[in-house]
Amino acid sequence: MTQNSVHPADAGLVLPQYRRDDIDAHPPLLSPGYKSTVGRAPKQPLTYLPQRLTEITGPLLGEGRLGDLDHDLTRQHDGEPQGQRIIVHGRVRDGDGRPVPHTLVEIWQANAAGRYRHASDTWPAPLDPHFEGGGRALTDERGRYRFITVQPGAYPWRNHDNAWRPAHIHFSLFGRAFTQRLVTQMYFPGDPLFFQDPIFNSVRDPDARNRMVARYDHATTVPEWALAYEFDIVLRGRASTPFEGEDDDE
Amino acid sequence: MSERLGVTPAQTVGPYLHIGLRWPDGPYVVPEGTPGAFWIRGRILDGAGEPVVDALVESWQADPDGRFDHPDDPRGARQPALAGFRGFGRSETDGQGWYELLTVKPGPLPDPDGGTEAPHLALSVLGRGLLHRLATRLYFPDEPAANGDDPVLRSVDADRRDTLIASPAPDGLRFDIRLQGDRETVFFAV
Repeated sequence: MTQNSVHPADAGLVLPQYRRDDIDAHPPLLSPGYKSTVGRAPKQPLTYLPQRLTEITGPLLGEGRLGDLDHDLTRQHDGEPQGQRIIVHGRVRDGDGRPVPHTLVEIWQANAAGRYRHASDTWPAPLDPHFEGGGRALTDERGRYRFITVQPGAYPWRNHDNAWRPAHIHFSLFGRAFTQRLVTQMYFPGDPLFFQDPIFNSVRDPDARNRMVARYDHATTVPEWALAYEFDIVLRGRASTPFEGEDDDE
Repeated sequence: MSERLGVTPAQTVGPYLHIGLRWPDGPYVVPEGTPGAFWIRGRILDGAGEPVVDALVESWQADPDGRFDHPDDPRGARQPALAGFRGFGRSETDGQGWYELLTVKPGPLPDPDGGTEAPHLALSVLGRGLLHRLATRLYFPDEPAANGDDPVLRSVDADRRDTLIASPAPDGLRFDIRLQGDRETVFFAV
């Protein structure tokens, strides 16, 4: 069976389709525990959009977007940033387990003290002159990516009484189609702040929530240099096309 | 049979998205000076009508011939005839909630059902308070006949269709995105 390939058909175009996500895979847009959703989440239900040419294609952004040190957040300045050096690596796959090769991964994070290098961050933890907090990498032909950075700190925010964000790294991925675009956050295993964080807990299914938690990866640590975490990311997989449905009936 | 994996959940970009997602050339779907290029500008507004100053708009579109330089276009990947055409744009909102994209009009697209889709852009909206990106489409005001036949526009409640059609502006188009409330923009489940 030629799964997920594209077939010209007399009736018109036959397009690959991407499976729609399970209802519990993503957080509901309106999650009142996270206050900013209340005034921003659309109130009308989303309109179902059949996937057409625009949705099953997407920007294939390659090497041209990368600088030499974009993947190493500890070497973007002359000096070493403060904090625990970590390697963050993993595989980007689709829901069928296929690697997503050569796709752009963008990350951003707070510094070791829990402060972002951003004009809007007024938390009076120290800024680190040697840490910008942004990085980019491309996955390789097997869908693997790798960053070197520092362990981000937790920080308070004003969402609710004594609210603290668990340490996290923001991840942005394109995949190969508009339908696969994903922005998520990577969390660290065993973080004691999970219980009170409405952004982490906006994902209601515990299995889905756990997919945002990296795995401590001792095998990838570098002695006397860096700890390591593995964070695999899964984008949507492809659904069968109607053409393949006919094959399946045979 | 390959293994079936659960997808990684979406999370908000938060208020500090600019650190990781700012591209100096982001708004340029085509380079400045491209023949036929125009600006699409608009504001993102929340349920109270206040500007959303920490959001990002991304656009994706066909080239002026209605083609994608992408292997999954069953007509075949084709490099655009227009030099520097990227198809993709990205613009963060400014202190008044404005975003901007410099682009050219895409061509019409064949539809799997044998019809034609009117020229359009696919847009993603990401921002603080949005736990998942919002997907919408922008259609062109000078295409009333094509818009009238467009299968996506026709699937939208008639009294909300105009939220997806841009307005003429002095150097291009205006397209505001209302996350909530009166004239809330139509957002799609893709």
